[in-house]
Amino acid sequence: MEISLAHYLALAAILFGIGLFGVLTRRNAVGILMSIELMFNAVNINLVAFNRYITPSVMPEAFTGQIFSIFVIVIAAAEATVGLAIVLLIYRNFRDIFVDNINLMKW
Amino acid sequence: MAPYLFYLFAFVTVVSGLLVVTMKDIFHCALFLILCLFSVAGIYVLLGADFIAAVQVLLYVGAISVLMIFAIMLTAKVSGIGIKQQNEQVPIAIITTVAFVAIALYGLGKTIWNIKDDVQIPDNTTMEIGKLLMTRYVVPFEIVSVVLLAALIGAIVIARRN
Repeated sequence: MEISLAHYLALAAILFGIGLFGVLTRRNAVGILMSIELMFNAVNINLVAFNRYITPSVMPEAFTGQIFSIFVIVIAAAEATVGLAIVLLIYRNFRDIFVDNINLMKW
Repeated sequence: MAPYLFYLFAFVTVVSGLLVVTMKDIFHCALFLILCLFSVAGIYVLLGADFIAAVQVLLYVGAISVLMIFAIMLTAKVSGIGIKQQNEQVPIAIITTVAFVAIALYGLGKTIWNIKDDVQIPDNTTMEIGKLLMTRYVVPFEIVSVVLLAALIGAIVIARRN
């Protein structure tokens, strides 16, 4: 059977769901950040698949999806950097990185 | 050939992704995250996006995974083996996730996609993407570099000892 656009979109939806499950259930802050990376990757698969199957092949628009996915990867790198710096700061102050123990701002 | 490769990469991606969110030891999770990101790079190659695949390997597999392992090592005292890694929301999270994926799959099965006629893989995407980044997308390119610089300085300021 030929692989179509729907196959890639289904893979991306399942991967996004896995990342969502991780974000909802992980106690470890680093684990939550890893699950967010999974969700970023699912979105990127969508963008690249749409670029291959939907966007016209004429030149100015031919690589719109791929260029957008580059920007998504760059923002993901920035997010990981700042997120892990925050995790290290929390660890220094609380000696703990489990998010359900860090409930200082929760009433 | 390509269908088998797609199913192989998709299988590896989904199984290693599931292991990332369910395994007890957070260090093993990071290793399976690397495997998952590698197979996503394989998916990009199948989609004809060789430059994105290279960026994926360099940035995700090379940089972000090392950063994750670095953070895990620095916090290893409190996140060791034997500590519960999942909160009490697992059943409700399973329901939410399965509902979301089911709705998404139903929706994309029902949608009629406007597939272009000439589905072809270009030989080399790097040169074209580079040209576009320097002409049509030069303003977003510069803005995202400023964002990266701000994130770099912000991370140093946050993580620095007083």
